[in-house]
Amino acid sequence: MRNFAYARAENPAHAVRLVAEHPEAAFISGGTDLLNLMKEGAQKPGLVVDVNGLALTDIVQGNGFLRLGGLARMGEVGAHPVVRDRFPVVAQALLASASPQVRNMAAVGGNLLQRTRCGYFRDAGSNCNKRVPGSGCPALDGENRGHAVLGGSDQCIAVSPSDLAVSLLAVDAVILTTGPRGDRRIPFGEFQVVPGSTPHRDHVLAHGELITGIELPFSPVAARSGYLKLRDRATFEFAVVSVAAALDLRGRTVRDVRLAFGGVATKAWRSGAAEAVLRGRVLDTAAIDAAGRAAVRDAVPRDHNRFKIDLLRRALSRVLHDLGGVR
Amino acid sequence: MADSPKHEHKRRTVLKAGGTAIAGLATVHPVASAAPDRVEATAVPIVLRVNGKRHALTVEPRVTLLDALRERLDLTGTKKGCDRGECGACTVLVDGRRIKSCLTLAVMRQDAAITTVEGLARDGELHPVQAAFIRHDAFQCGGCTSGQIMSAVALIDEGHAGSDDEVREWMSGNLCRCACYPNIVTAVRDAAKETRS
Repeated sequence: MRNFAYARAENPAHAVRLVAEHPEAAFISGGTDLLNLMKEGAQKPGLVVDVNGLALTDIVQGNGFLRLGGLARMGEVGAHPVVRDRFPVVAQALLASASPQVRNMAAVGGNLLQRTRCGYFRDAGSNCNKRVPGSGCPALDGENRGHAVLGGSDQCIAVSPSDLAVSLLAVDAVILTTGPRGDRRIPFGEFQVVPGSTPHRDHVLAHGELITGIELPFSPVAARSGYLKLRDRATFEFAVVSVAAALDLRGRTVRDVRLAFGGVATKAWRSGAAEAVLRGRVLDTAAIDAAGRAAVRDAVPRDHNRFKIDLLRRALSRVLHDLGGVR
Repeated sequence: MADSPKHEHKRRTVLKAGGTAIAGLATVHPVASAAPDRVEATAVPIVLRVNGKRHALTVEPRVTLLDALRERLDLTGTKKGCDRGECGACTVLVDGRRIKSCLTLAVMRQDAAITTVEGLARDGELHPVQAAFIRHDAFQCGGCTSGQIMSAVALIDEGHAGSDDEVREWMSGNLCRCACYPNIVTAVRDAAKETRS
């Protein structure tokens, strides 16, 4: 690992200033992804700013929402009674992530900023448009079993790895930040970006902008929600395909619904088309199948990942049957 | 090496010498010395509290907690397996919670109470989890064992030893390439009974 300078931030403004003034600086919270990237030489910050001393770990209930501190740990949030009760999809996504040790270390804010697990991105010896813009993407015609079928471009098809991100789309979460230009609120649907012609960007945060919290609004859809994660082994593995679903039913009719997917797209992927198929319709197997077809209509498979399209439809079908009590 | 036996070093001696040389270099060529505010570009003095003892040492910011424990404090019970957070051999407790010591920097853990496998026994008597691992033959090569034991101690404390399946899920951060998993599960469940009663 290349050596670096280390500074401990005293408060959020100090943290922002330290990183904003240093073009090569990075925040560190859990460090569970950043340190691996640094060991591989895929990321080489000259200054690492430790934000673990900041008072951003609380989980607070407000008027109509639950606010997670940006530094609240994944394990703690996943086990929180209000998260489990009112946002089950978030608790399930967190507890299906990583390992118990990593969940004790990693913060929810940092989890949303983890980089892709694409092997070409992580290997400093490979070309990669996300790591070195303009160097090329070996995944397009190479080893792409794990890559995206949705949201890719001719420059990058790397998958967004966060389970938490997928679940946040299903509950209309809002990201709270503080940065060089003040505080702002970012609906999670606008937080991540597709690669397009700027694959080095994963999200809309400015350099030096810090996630201070995640706001989860209470809602009927969020309360009836669930996460299904399919992996190459039973646990402690990233998703091949995952589905976050949230459902508000009146009788058998869908009043409102959120559907988001992981493992298949370049960002956590909400399918407005699949939701539109279900909204206002009686939830039965025919409706669920129609939603599945809508979800994958724009999918672009590569040599080794065509299987994800079928797997996604089946995973979605399973989640909706279970959540909706459809036989 | 083979024809000059007097130059033979134990692996750990070589590693330590290498570490010293690198530390010296960094002092001569501090990285990012132009950083704004007060930042520490080179080795920094820290205090680590391990198994109830305070250790003052000087480390570069890039030294992981794992390397500080093994190479600087000679606490080699904590093992370095993958060094990527994937195998769990480096599991230690920090303020009572299990973490992977390869994925955190020593400088980040200065205010914490760290427990390693060396700190589990009391008055010469093995911790119930250690005794259960021996009783149930829960290891072969032993490379992963101290990490398995640290993880199991935390798991029992968390209340995740209710069934074999629950133990498997909550031990999933610790891999065993000898595949002693059935005996590990038995040992953890047995130790959990003992710790509770």
